[in-house]
Amino acid sequence: MNLTACLLLSAALFSIGAYGLVTRRNMIAALMSLELMVNAALINFIAFARFGGTHAGQGDAQAGSLFALFAVAVTAAEMALALAIVVAVHRQRRHLDIRELDGLHG
Amino acid sequence: MQASCLLTLTWVMPLLSALALLAFPARSVAGVKRIALLANGINLALIAWLSAVFALHPPAAAPGSAETVLAFAADYAWFPAWHIRYHVGVDAISLAMMLLAAVVVFCATMASWNIQERNKEFFILLQVLAAGVFGSFIAFDLFAFFVFNELTLIPTYLLIGIFGSGRKEFAAMKLNLMLMGGSALILLGILGLYFESGIRSFDIIELSRIPFDKGFQLWAFPALFLGFAILGNMFPFHIWSPDGHASAPTAVSMFLAGVHMKLGSYGCLRIAMYLLPEGCRAWMDVFMALAAAGVVWGAVVAAKQKDLKYLNAYSSVSHCGLVFLGLAFLNTVGLRGAVMQMLAHGFITALVFCLIGMIYARTHTRLIPQMSGLTARMPFLAVSLVIAGFAALGLPGLAGFAAELNVFLGGFSAGSPLAVICSTLAVLSIVVTAVYVLRATNGILNGPGQTGADPAALTDAGWLEKIPVLILLACILAMGLMPGRLAALLDTALLPILNNLNR
Amino acid sequence: MGDTRLAAFAWEPMHCAAYGILLLPLLSFLINGLWLGRKSARASAWTATVLMGATAALSIIVASGYRDHILTAPHLFPARAALAFEHTWLDFSLGSGAVLSARLGFYLDPISVMMVLVISFISFLVNLYSIGYMKDDAGAGRFFPLLSFFSFTMLGLVVSSNLAQTFFFWELVGAASYLLIGFWYAKPSAVAASKKAFILTRLADAFFLMGLLAVGVNAGSFDFAHLNGPEAAAALNHSVGAGLVTFNLLSLGTLGIYMGAWGKSAMFPFHVWLPDAMEGPTPVSSLIHSATMVVAGVYLTARLYPLFSAAEYTLRVVECTGAFTAVFAAAIACAQTDLKRILAFSTLSQLGLMMSALGTGGGGEPGAAYTASMFHIFTHAFFKCLLFLSAGAVIHAIHSNDIREAGAGGLRKAMPRTYWATLIAVAAIAGIWPLSGFFSKEAILHAALANGRYGALAAGLCTGALTAFYMARYFFLIFHGSAVGSRAPHDSRATHAQEAHPVREGALMTLPILILAVPSALIGILGKGFFTGTVRLWGAEGGASAGVSESALPMRHASSGSWLPAVATVLALSGAGIAWYWYAFRKNGAAFPDRRAPAWYRILAEKFYIDEIYLFLAKRVASKWIAAPAEWTERNIVNGAFDWMTGAVKRLAFLQSIAQSGQVQAYIAVALLGIYLLFRFTGPGY
Repeated sequence: MNLTACLLLSAALFSIGAYGLVTRRNMIAALMSLELMVNAALINFIAFARFGGTHAGQGDAQAGSLFALFAVAVTAAEMALALAIVVAVHRQRRHLDIRELDGLHG
Repeated sequence: MQASCLLTLTWVMPLLSALALLAFPARSVAGVKRIALLANGINLALIAWLSAVFALHPPAAAPGSAETVLAFAADYAWFPAWHIRYHVGVDAISLAMMLLAAVVVFCATMASWNIQERNKEFFILLQVLAAGVFGSFIAFDLFAFFVFNELTLIPTYLLIGIFGSGRKEFAAMKLNLMLMGGSALILLGILGLYFESGIRSFDIIELSRIPFDKGFQLWAFPALFLGFAILGNMFPFHIWSPDGHASAPTAVSMFLAGVHMKLGSYGCLRIAMYLLPEGCRAWMDVFMALAAAGVVWGAVVAAKQKDLKYLNAYSSVSHCGLVFLGLAFLNTVGLRGAVMQMLAHGFITALVFCLIGMIYARTHTRLIPQMSGLTARMPFLAVSLVIAGFAALGLPGLAGFAAELNVFLGGFSAGSPLAVICSTLAVLSIVVTAVYVLRATNGILNGPGQTGADPAALTDAGWLEKIPVLILLACILAMGLMPGRLAALLDTALLPILNNLNR
Repeated sequence: MGDTRLAAFAWEPMHCAAYGILLLPLLSFLINGLWLGRKSARASAWTATVLMGATAALSIIVASGYRDHILTAPHLFPARAALAFEHTWLDFSLGSGAVLSARLGFYLDPISVMMVLVISFISFLVNLYSIGYMKDDAGAGRFFPLLSFFSFTMLGLVVSSNLAQTFFFWELVGAASYLLIGFWYAKPSAVAASKKAFILTRLADAFFLMGLLAVGVNAGSFDFAHLNGPEAAAALNHSVGAGLVTFNLLSLGTLGIYMGAWGKSAMFPFHVWLPDAMEGPTPVSSLIHSATMVVAGVYLTARLYPLFSAAEYTLRVVECTGAFTAVFAAAIACAQTDLKRILAFSTLSQLGLMMSALGTGGGGEPGAAYTASMFHIFTHAFFKCLLFLSAGAVIHAIHSNDIREAGAGGLRKAMPRTYWATLIAVAAIAGIWPLSGFFSKEAILHAALANGRYGALAAGLCTGALTAFYMARYFFLIFHGSAVGSRAPHDSRATHAQEAHPVREGALMTLPILILAVPSALIGILGKGFFTGTVRLWGAEGGASAGVSESALPMRHASSGSWLPAVATVLALSGAGIAWYWYAFRKNGAAFPDRRAPAWYRILAEKFYIDEIYLFLAKRVASKWIAAPAEWTERNIVNGAFDWMTGAVKRLAFLQSIAQSGQVQAYIAVALLGIYLLFRFTGPGY
């Protein structure tokens, strides 16, 4: 287990998330994909905190974990908000298809 | 208290009253307008007192000096890092404008006495508008001037958009787009002055000492002058004004045409022409031709208008053209004529809009063909309208003539063929002015009695309505009969500007 | 001619009287206009009359004071001009120390004193007359303040010490006449007439303003004392312009000023406003036609006479317009059927005579021409006022303006005093010896002869004959007419009206008529000496100082033209005789009945269709072909430019909005692509 492996995992997760976000029509699925992307970034934080930077003394285990925790908390709040929106949208439109939700059309 | 603080008070007072109104319960309709009137009354008294003090002891400049001497000046650092200062003061020109503004604001407040809907918001916006205008006239720092100038735009937009009539949203948008465009040009010019000066200063007096590079002047002058000329209602950039005036409520029409526009011509004189003399000399023929075209154009188009407000708006285009014509002659008499024409037109057009508002409140129409024989029903309004009409067409003894005569004389003594041709056109346009003024007054006042309207509604003005009319009439008469002192004071104030122009 | 200012203000009768002459009518205007007129029309009428009477008295004080000054102050003698007072209204600094000054002054010289006397005296009588005339009018409270204002403006005009003041009051005279002509504001014809009068004179005034500015700027002063001197004429006498467009500034400037006089004195083709101006109350017409308003033009030309006589070209224009208008208007007057309209055209014709007299001054006898013109203004004021007042009495009695209806009423018996007064006035205007008109007309003809202006002389003689004809026609139709030849409906209506309102001569209306009859008859003989003395000399010297030499007195020339009075009298008598034969002896009624009228008569009756031409110019040319296209351009092109610009912005925005599909996933994909591109092409690896 080294930094490269972690980064590869993170990159894979991010790519899957990005693909899902762009292609899934269901809003909840898209949100889950989004969550994947956020978690890919979190893995990066943890990985760099664990293995340090390329130069000595750059890696700061505490700061890295703290950021990750902080981001988890923020993401949780964000998800709550997003799910609330999803519920509201569902109540109004009776469906969750993102492609139908084109209110921003110019 | 120092007089300079009093000068600052002139714009703080309306803002304070606006704040007071914010905190005031909206349902007290009578209280709201009383607060506004009180504030504007105090302001009027204050400015009248300052004017009296100034007229008794005018500050004298050295004969050959090109530096404006300020009275009641105050100068504080505002943003020291950028050399922005709060520099205020007045000379005869700006004080005359202040007096005009104070009178018109006071009268406009009285003229909007019967506004019932959202009257709190109306007066708050009106007070903010007034604050912006007062601040602009006393500012001698370009930055402060610009800030005050921008402050006037938002309330204007809201006042027309909310309280107007007809195509009010369109008119408000058109007006604001045009004026914002003008502001952009002004900002460009101001920043140019700031960076080109070499001393990084916004101070008008300091900048007037700087001989700017000719190449710079050649592009900065038209930018600044045009920016102000849009606000000053110059042909062919006047198109915001007829729609704006026609849609605006009475008080806003009075203020917009009477005072706000003057801010544009004032800026042309005080900033563009004073600071950029070489550019001014190079470009003035172009603007002279435009001004003369505007004088004729406004009059001819006014002759075909049926709506009283449109008619007066086009008449304003013509009269504001005279202001720019006077400016373009670049001599004492012409410049003085321009400033006097700003004053005269301010009083006259405010009076006309005021009277149109009162007549509209009775007949519920502004179309000339729909009115007839109002003299019999409302003699006071009729006589006032006739006098206002006479003043507009330049009858001697009233304000318009005293101003126009200066402008024409400026043209005939300017010594250039173009100036003579332009003033000849302007003189001939007074015939057209007579045509449209008489067409309107005869059409609505004379002839057999009004039909179709409720006769009981056609009453003469009440005493509350008479006050603003009488105040404005008094100003028009006083300026027409005794322009001597005003003219002498203006000459003194114009001397530095002329000296700078001839440098 | 130097500026011979009187001593600074002192409590002398003359100074105070000079102020009073301007202040009393103004006071009357203010008191009656602001307060008394609304309270009591009758009180306001009497106040105005009393104040105007006081003004007349003051003008006598000023006149005698002026006479004493001339006699006791030898240094005044050559100039003969003095200032009772002068206040600065506005100074214009023209750079390099030159200052043009517009002042309010009280200038005394023979003609201004003469005019002050005439105006205040006639205004007083007209006021007195109006008390009776306006008694039953609902607007009487409005009438008297305006009448006072009218007199005030005219007094201010004639005492002007400088051209700027003249223009100031000139415009006010126009405004006052506008208000008075349109006095019955509910009557569309009156409103239209007032508008027409104001706009036409305004058109002329625009040229006046340009002329006065050009003259003032280039001569360096507005003061008459300066402008009438040789320096001013010399300073102006140079060419301006370039290439093909060059003018002599003196000609151009004086022509511009004359344009003002042209319009105000209603010379052809500006004459159309004057006949319509009788839409106002009759007292107003009598003031306009005799002492105020129209004579202002002649007076202005006379006031600047020395300057004008230095400009040969302008004088020719003055002469031609005057002579043409004299004959033209007299011819039209022969075919009119409206009482006041006949008098209006006769005024035009007489004004033309005065103008042409001034215009003949370019020859050997400038003084004679000037004198004759002023003399005719003087006599004309009295008999024309008398004519209008008595016409007003007739109109008041029969409630109609139509001469055919008046003829049916046997007014000679019902209104004997009016009858005799009219007879005197008619004879005076026709130029019958020894009434006033004879002398002043003779002076005009003599001046034309002495200056060798035979065209003007012929026009004058022709006008004289026509005048005698149409005035006799006027007289015979009113007082010696009969029902024969006039249309029946008119007759029945007229007699019906007379039964309802029995004809009577009110004392207040008759008194001014009787008073005026005296000067109308006698002022010619009495005034002859005055005019050939005092006024003449001024004119002669003015002309001389402006470079025109004077040769001899007009009366000395009279020997060479001794046949003139005889010829003029014979012409006048034959004109009157024809009228008598046609209208009183044959009792032919007012005119040809409409069917039988020959074409030339119809053209005369329709006033050469000049009004129709104006109507065409105003409605078609100015309104349809100039103003309407301008308005269209303003709406669709100037404003359209703004709409087009906002539209262009909108269209651009629409183009851009195509990219905004509203698909969140598309946005995300683009954002990711952007991130990829950012890293691909930037950063350390690139």
